[in-house]
Amino acid sequence: MNQPFVSGALETPAGQVPRVTSRLTFADRLGGCKARWGLGRMNYKVDPGLYALHSPGDSSPVLVTANYKLTLDALRRELGGLDAWILVVDTNGINVWCAAGKGTFGTEGVAAAIRDHGLEKVVSHRRVILPQLGAPGAAAHELKRLSGFGAVFGPIAASHLPVFLARGLKATPVMRKKQFPWRERAVLIPMELVAALKWGLMIAAALTILGGLGPGSFSGSYLANALGHGLWAGAAVLWAALAGSVGGPLLLPWLPGRAFALKGLWLGLGAWLALTALARPAPLEGLGWLGLMLALVSFLVMNFTGASTYTSLSGVKKEMRWAVPAQIGLGALGLIAWLASPWLV
Amino acid sequence: MTGMRYLKNVTTLKLDPERCLGCGLCLEVCPQAVLALAVGKAVIADRDACMECGACALNCPAGALEVQAGVGCAQAVINGALGRGGGSACCCSPDSRSVGGCC
Repeated sequence: MNQPFVSGALETPAGQVPRVTSRLTFADRLGGCKARWGLGRMNYKVDPGLYALHSPGDSSPVLVTANYKLTLDALRRELGGLDAWILVVDTNGINVWCAAGKGTFGTEGVAAAIRDHGLEKVVSHRRVILPQLGAPGAAAHELKRLSGFGAVFGPIAASHLPVFLARGLKATPVMRKKQFPWRERAVLIPMELVAALKWGLMIAAALTILGGLGPGSFSGSYLANALGHGLWAGAAVLWAALAGSVGGPLLLPWLPGRAFALKGLWLGLGAWLALTALARPAPLEGLGWLGLMLALVSFLVMNFTGASTYTSLSGVKKEMRWAVPAQIGLGALGLIAWLASPWLV
Repeated sequence: MTGMRYLKNVTTLKLDPERCLGCGLCLEVCPQAVLALAVGKAVIADRDACMECGACALNCPAGALEVQAGVGCAQAVINGALGRGGGSACCCSPDSRSVGGCC
């Protein structure tokens, strides 16, 4: 009840229920934005429990969701002016799909929430609407047995809910298929970028220090080498981090190949061609950058499998069997070539 | 362009037509339109689209579907190999697999 996005309370036979509206405030949007950048994201939660969206009655639909605030906000925003009950299950602040995959959104948890919050006293019907992406964790037929409430799976996207409700809880095939359009990929970029730059900056700093090593290092030219040879390699690494974390999500459908690590190799090659056209390194130095950049971009795009919407565990394991050795090999060869290059020019 | 299709011939999904009651619940929960109904029974219509989320097997009242469910996340595989707990797996960066846009 005592949460900033709650506006008042609704009296029900099961006691007072916090009321929310579909209007998101500046604080809601700011909080969502921060979560996208990884700020406080692992603790962006709402209290589990029953909420009233606007003024629902005993025949209003009950929508089940997770206690990640970004999820609840998307749900209430998309429902517009509708009246509904929202049953928020404790998933530890994780979204529905991930929570279902990890087991924190499950049949038992939904049944317990129905029981604990007195849903049978609040509504006269005996049906809840589960999010379709909760299905890896929640079984509709089991819920009926455990709670007495039947379950219908709603659409994947909250934006389809008004039409789904208006059609008498019938979903079209489009509502049932998970899409991964550029907008959904783009919102993931900040998280990818923050992680990539964190590692990228550390590697770039190490390369700058190592880059001082070359002919004449011990007779006064260490610093000049570090600021030339070293900083350029650091720049190549940061450019690769940028390419992998921004280019990977955006260009995903157009990068050749099915395996994400392979897509990353092509993207790394593209980023290297652009950089060498601009910087014109000596041949061996350029080959060194190539190995380092291919390894890094391939790794970053491979790691995007977890954020994508269509990869399987069997597939990820299969590509990692060749990709991880390849990335280690390319990175090691690149490092050796780059370290040797000042002596061999 | 291969678009958004993942690796071929990897999924562990299995359907036992003998057990299938033809209720169609698996079609409703599958987020990749892998399954279809043909003459009153479910069939695997697009095997390579399966992402092994496990929704169909869990929601099959007849136990006709079987899959080794998991999350296709390289970071989680690395964490597992390094012996780090699955609880903090990457993957669940909340956003990719959510209403608005895992892990």
